[in-house]
Amino acid sequence: MAVAHEGGAFDLARNRAAGLSSSLAHFLRRYPLGAAGAAIVLAIVLMALLADWITVFDPTATDAHASLARPGGAHPLGADFMGRDMWSRIAFGARISLAVGVGATSLGCIIGVSIGLLSGYFGGWLDLVAQRFMDMLQALPLLVLALVMSAALGPSLENVILAISIPLVPTVARVIRSNTLMLREMPFVEAARAVGMNEISIALRHVLPNTLAPLTVLATAQLGSAILVEAALSFLGLGIPEPYPSWGRMLSESAAEYVRTAPWLVIYPGLAISLAVFGTNLLGDALRDIFDPRLRL
Amino acid sequence: MVTYLIRRLLLMALTLFGISVLIFVLLRIVPGNIADILFDAAGMVSAAEKHKLEAELGLDKPIVVQYVDWIGGLARGDFGYTYVSERPALEEILPRIPVTAKLAALAVMFSVLLGVPLGVVSAVRQNTALDYVLRVASLSGLSLPSFWLGLLILMAFVQYAGWIPIYTEKPARLWDELALLSIPAAAAGLRSSALVMRLTRSSMLEVLRQDYVRTARAKGASPAAVNYDHALRNAMLPIITIIGIEAAFLVGGLIVTETVFNIPGVARFLVEAIRWRDYPVVQNLVMFIAIIVVSVNFLVDMAYAVLDPRIRYEE
Repeated sequence: MAVAHEGGAFDLARNRAAGLSSSLAHFLRRYPLGAAGAAIVLAIVLMALLADWITVFDPTATDAHASLARPGGAHPLGADFMGRDMWSRIAFGARISLAVGVGATSLGCIIGVSIGLLSGYFGGWLDLVAQRFMDMLQALPLLVLALVMSAALGPSLENVILAISIPLVPTVARVIRSNTLMLREMPFVEAARAVGMNEISIALRHVLPNTLAPLTVLATAQLGSAILVEAALSFLGLGIPEPYPSWGRMLSESAAEYVRTAPWLVIYPGLAISLAVFGTNLLGDALRDIFDPRLRL
Repeated sequence: MVTYLIRRLLLMALTLFGISVLIFVLLRIVPGNIADILFDAAGMVSAAEKHKLEAELGLDKPIVVQYVDWIGGLARGDFGYTYVSERPALEEILPRIPVTAKLAALAVMFSVLLGVPLGVVSAVRQNTALDYVLRVASLSGLSLPSFWLGLLILMAFVQYAGWIPIYTEKPARLWDELALLSIPAAAAGLRSSALVMRLTRSSMLEVLRQDYVRTARAKGASPAAVNYDHALRNAMLPIITIIGIEAAFLVGGLIVTETVFNIPGVARFLVEAIRWRDYPVVQNLVMFIAIIVVSVNFLVDMAYAVLDPRIRYEE
């Protein structure tokens, strides 16, 4: 009896493991592009986490002898005008890009979900005011609003995250609001009300969890935009301040003069930005197909 | 239709009013007022001069009065004064508008001419190898930062053509100017074309699922007639809205592209004004951009209401 029981538990665990690996195989087969995107994102996350171990030089250390060193030898991706190692700067730059991307996306989603949930669930004048406010934010192009905000707030990592998060809010708020409007009429919300739950608990415990699928899809798409906007802000000299190695800053205007003399200073940081955004976009598309085929961004 | 028009106009006015308040407040949460910043930048120290400047800018008045003065000035076409070149801002901005307008028109043309046909092909051949390739191409197009694409184009020109397509002085003939601008326009328009392609594809797929398309197929119409006569004609309508979406999307591309290619346009002027902390000018330029984006969206909505007989706005 005991043996049979143990065997049963063992089978269960084995089945679960088999289930996980087979669903992984299913994902790979069904969404090869999504899997490629996930691999790219994973590689960049690993690069950010392991930046200390996979590089030799300090990303901010200058070296007059290595000024504009060609790729190869001690500097596999070359060095910039101040002799800073490109590979180190790109690996550590992944930290900045991800910190800003994840930070701005999370902040934007938290604010957007709160606004969308409140205005969709409670409606009335609150909804009206929130919607007009979202109209306003949406009428300003993402980069313009982020530029003005980061100029007004001053250059720092936290301010850049804040400046990028606010323009992301309206899209999130709109999607969550329309989902909430639909969920509000569902029988399970009716049931929760019938057993005497108060409205706030219903909104938080029954409506909110059901908006997580579209939110995941949206957040992945916005992660890509946030990384791109950070790069553009830093490129224009209004983003991440020195000495942080930001990919966009590496391409900053002075790079235009190296187009002729040191193309590696232009190619690698741009490649890093494009790959990071491409990875999140591929993953986001696959997630959209899985979670919500009807959601169109 | 008329009530809808009036309602939309009122909403538009409300949105622009909100934006003006937002920008006004945003540029005043900066520690130190504009006179302080200008003084820092210019390195002037005399207190009397500073008071004179504060009075000139109206910074000694209550904040509500300042706001009303600003909006009143805008309505009269008074764009303020740029402190960098010491000229009225309007004199700086006006000659820059045609350049940016040409660049934007070329970029929109590029994105539509490339994006719409590719989107249609991708939808008609859904789930074929071609569709896959086009979808990956559009996603990678969306992933390229416009400024990097611009730098790569410059690099290619340096390498293979031996000259740089940079705007040094205004070419005499319109055609020469358009030819020069078409290169940065392609850099700015590529991301938009990827967006247009994705939206066209999904709009087309939606239409291909409709009953009337099935009916057309059932009655034996040729695939070409079904795809282009029945489907594309109906899919074009949502594609119009893309122009509205693109308006806001393109501004970001123009800002960085004008910077990379050294084009003396409005978008680069905004960046310069922000960098010089010339906030009176920034405030006016952002309002100018918001008015353009909101108006384009309004016109697109109107075109939509006129073109689609199914839409009746009678709430």
